[in-house]
Amino acid sequence: MPSVATVYRWELFKLRFQKRTYLGLGAAILVPILFVLAIHFRHHHGHGDFAFAGYLDRSGLAVPLVVLLFGAVWLFPLITALVAGDIFASEDHNGTLKTILTRSLERWQLFAGKTLAASTYAIVAIFLCGTVAVIAGSIQSGFNSLQSLSGTIVSAPKALELVYVSLLVYLMPIAAIVCIGLLLSTITRNSAAAVVGTLMISLVIQLVGILPGLGGLQPYLLSTQFNAWQGLLRTPIDWTPIIRAAWVCALYGLPALFGAFLVFIRRDVAGG
Amino acid sequence: MEVRGLVKRYGELTAVDGVDLTVNAGDVYGYLGPNGAGKTTSLRMMLGLIRPSAGTVRLFGRDPMESVTALQGVAGFVEAPTFYPYLNARRNLELLAAYDGHDAKRKIAAALDTVELSDRAKDRVGTYSHGMRQRLGIAAALLRDPKLLLLDEPATGLDPAGMRDMRLLVRRLADQGMTVLLSSHLLTEVEDVCNRVAIVRSGRIVYEGEIATLKRGAGTSYRLETTDDTLALRICGAQPGVTDARLNEHGRITLTADEPAVTVLSQALVEAGALIKALAPETVTLEDLFFSFTEGDGVAPGPRPPEPAHAT
Repeated sequence: MPSVATVYRWELFKLRFQKRTYLGLGAAILVPILFVLAIHFRHHHGHGDFAFAGYLDRSGLAVPLVVLLFGAVWLFPLITALVAGDIFASEDHNGTLKTILTRSLERWQLFAGKTLAASTYAIVAIFLCGTVAVIAGSIQSGFNSLQSLSGTIVSAPKALELVYVSLLVYLMPIAAIVCIGLLLSTITRNSAAAVVGTLMISLVIQLVGILPGLGGLQPYLLSTQFNAWQGLLRTPIDWTPIIRAAWVCALYGLPALFGAFLVFIRRDVAGG
Repeated sequence: MEVRGLVKRYGELTAVDGVDLTVNAGDVYGYLGPNGAGKTTSLRMMLGLIRPSAGTVRLFGRDPMESVTALQGVAGFVEAPTFYPYLNARRNLELLAAYDGHDAKRKIAAALDTVELSDRAKDRVGTYSHGMRQRLGIAAALLRDPKLLLLDEPATGLDPAGMRDMRLLVRRLADQGMTVLLSSHLLTEVEDVCNRVAIVRSGRIVYEGEIATLKRGAGTSYRLETTDDTLALRICGAQPGVTDARLNEHGRITLTADEPAVTVLSQALVEAGALIKALAPETVTLEDLFFSFTEGDGVAPGPRPPEPAHAT
C-alpha cells in the first residue's frame, strides 16, 4: 500500500512542473527585490509611519519585516492561495482525480499528502521571500543592528534570528489561509474560483477590521494575526499576540481543513 | 463482479435504475447503450468513484465504497483516460505505479510495450493524440496486473485503424485470461470482442446474456419479393410462426420466422397466387437487436423472444 509520504513526494514533484508554482515563488523573490530597488531609487528619504520604516536605510534586516507587514494585505494570501486553491481543483479540471482514486490509494491519504504539499509550498514561499529580503536588504542598507519596537538596539545576528522566528510566527495565519484555500478548492472544484475566493476572504476579513463599530473584533480577525510576529520585536518579548494568533488561526484553519476533508472524503467523483 | 439493484439518482433524475448484472471470470462483457443511458454512471459506481443511491456492487466479493482494497485485481478507466498533461507518459505511469505500491513500477516498460508507446514514453502526455491517451490508459490499467478490466468506451473517438487496434488489444488481453467489461455504443466493437452483453436503456437493463443467445432468440429475418406483395403481406400476417412482416423503406417485405414456418409460408404464397421472386434470409446483427431494444417500445423482434430482460 502506498503511504502519505508517497503522495506527498509526488505532489511536490508535480508542483515542480506547474506554472503557478513559479508564479508564486517568483513573486516571493521579486517583491523584496523590487522593494529594495524602490528604497534605493526613492527621491524622498522621509520615514513612513509604519514599524521599522525609519530603519530601512540603516539596516537591511528591517526589509524582511516591512515586507511581512505589507505582504499581509494581499501578497502572501495570494501566493498561498495559488497552490492551496488549485491543488484539488486542478485534479477536477484535468479529470485526473478519478485516475488516482482508482489506484490503491485511500482518499484520506491523498488528502493528507496534498495538504502537506500545499503547506510545504507556502512555507518555502515565506522563507524564500524572507531570505531574499534579508540578502537584498543587506546589500542595500548593510547587515546592521536593528532597533526593536521597544527602542532597544538588537545586534545584527540576534535581529537575523528574530527575523526567522518572525517568519515562523507568520506561518500561523498563512496555515489558516492554506486551509481556507483547500476548503474552497474541494468545494468549488474550480481553480480560479478557489484562488480568487481565498484572496477575497482574506481581504474581506481585513475590511471587517476597519469598519466602524467593529473594533472589538480586531484581535480575533485573521488579518490581525499577520502582525503577531511584532511581539518578538519587543523587549521583553510580548507573547500575548503570538499565543492569541495560535488559537485564533486554529479557529479559522481547523474547521476549514476539517470541512475540506469531509467534502473530499464523501464527494462523488462525477467529473474529475 | 456482481451488481444488484444499482440505483443512482440526481434529484429528480434517475440515471441508473435498478441495474443487475454479473460478470463471470473469463467473460468479455459488453455494456451497451446509447449516450446518456447510464453506462458511465454505472461504471463510476463499480469503481467506487460515486456512491450509489441504492444497491450494491461486489468486486471479487468486496464493496468498492468501503475501501480501496476492493479494487485489488481491478483496473480500468471511466470516460477518456486522464493523465497529468505536463508530465511525460513514463512519469505518469511511475506516479500511478507509486500509488499502486508493490512492484507496479517494474511493469511500466512491459505495459508501454504492450500498447506500443515505448518510443513516445518521454513525450509529455499533453502532446498525445486521443488514441495514444486511450492506449496509455490501458497501459496504466495493466500496471495493476488486473484480473478484471473495466473500460468505458475505449474505442470512442478513435480513427478506424485506432478502433481496430483497440479491439485487437482488448481481444489479446482477454485471450490472456483477463475478464473484461467494456461499455460502448459501438456495436461492431462489442460484437467483435464480447461474448456477453447487457443492453441498457434509460438507466435500466433491458437484456442481459450471451450475444449468441440473443441472436438465436431473435429468430431469422427474411426478405421476400413476390408477384403480389399486398397479398403476400396479408398471408404473412395470418401465417403461424411468422412475425413482424412489414414493408421496409425500400418497398420490400421483411419478416421474421423460423425455418419450418418459412417452408409453410412459401407453400401458402404459391397456393394463393403470390409467386415468389425471392425469399432470402438476412442475418440479424447486434445492431438490429440493439435498436430494437433501445428505440420504440424496446421489444426485441422475433418469434422466440430472448430470455427475459433483467430489468428491475
